[in-house]
Amino acid sequence: MSDSQGPIWEVFVQKKAGQPFVHCGSLHAFDKEMALQNARDLYTRRNEGMSLWVVLSSAIVSSSPEDMGPFFEPANDKVYRHPTFYQIPDAIGHM
Amino acid sequence: MNKELFKYTLRLADNALVLGQRLSEWTGHGPFLEEDLALTNIALDTFGTATSLLEYASRVEGADRNEDSLAYFRNEREFYNTLLVEQANGDYAKTIVRQVLVDAFNVLLYTELSKSKDETLSGIAQKAIKEVTYHYRHTSSWVIRFGDGTEESNKKAQEALNELWRFTGELFEMDEVEEELIKKGIAVDLKALQPKWEKQIDELLKKAILKKPENSFMQTGGKKGIHTEHLGFLLAEMQTLPRMLPNAKW
Repeated sequence: MSDSQGPIWEVFVQKKAGQPFVHCGSLHAFDKEMALQNARDLYTRRNEGMSLWVVLSSAIVSSSPEDMGPFFEPANDKVYRHPTFYQIPDAIGHM
Repeated sequence: MNKELFKYTLRLADNALVLGQRLSEWTGHGPFLEEDLALTNIALDTFGTATSLLEYASRVEGADRNEDSLAYFRNEREFYNTLLVEQANGDYAKTIVRQVLVDAFNVLLYTELSKSKDETLSGIAQKAIKEVTYHYRHTSSWVIRFGDGTEESNKKAQEALNELWRFTGELFEMDEVEEELIKKGIAVDLKALQPKWEKQIDELLKKAILKKPENSFMQTGGKKGIHTEHLGFLLAEMQTLPRMLPNAKW
């Protein structure tokens, strides 16, 4: 999608080193450098992070609502996929 | 009171205060939401620097004026900012060109001022360096975008540059205030900054396909309190509320 404000970019912020980049919103920009600067000015004004990713919204491949059934429902009845059937030795502590 | 230090600090403060006020006029009127916020951020950084400097100036003066009285209860002739920062915003190209000329200067100025023997000025400068470095990154990318953009955007940026160039000489002017403080290791030798500034602007203009105006007559006066017609209106708007309600608290 594009209008006179440029295409839309999605912004991901990393709060601390080692933590995942979390999606926090979107913005308009005409190119990569402007997208990065706008992300800095819009989403990190209050110490929200220390690293930024921006990506063109159009570059993101997403599942659609019609996919919901075939994509996600088969996982509903497969509790054995959760790692809750193991005893964790006390020595290991919190995982 | 150290008269030179007071005046020197006021000059630095007024440059920041008046520029911040100019930039804040764009708040809510930016070309699009993201850029509106970006420029408002720059204005806020600039006000932050102005506040620290005015607060220090009031301490140096040691009279009963605080940073607010210095900002709101001085008249035009008592402001010592350079003429460049008080120039009207014009269109967005003009605002950005004015800003890039100042940002390039501020990066050099604060880098040197951070080495000042005056610890307060050095501290304020150290904090400001990171901010103005980002401002330059933002505004210089816009200058390239305008200059190397369409025929019309190039024309507007070039016109802005031609119009504002005559105010750039004053940035590097020095008088007895600076000379006295340079001897004490407090003030920045502005003359030494000039070739670095010109080199940086030359490189930027080359990238932006803009022509550097000729160094003809340079306007001057702001540092001595003699201003262009623009400052009075700016101060009227900035000062009206505290002057109508001098003891208002909010």
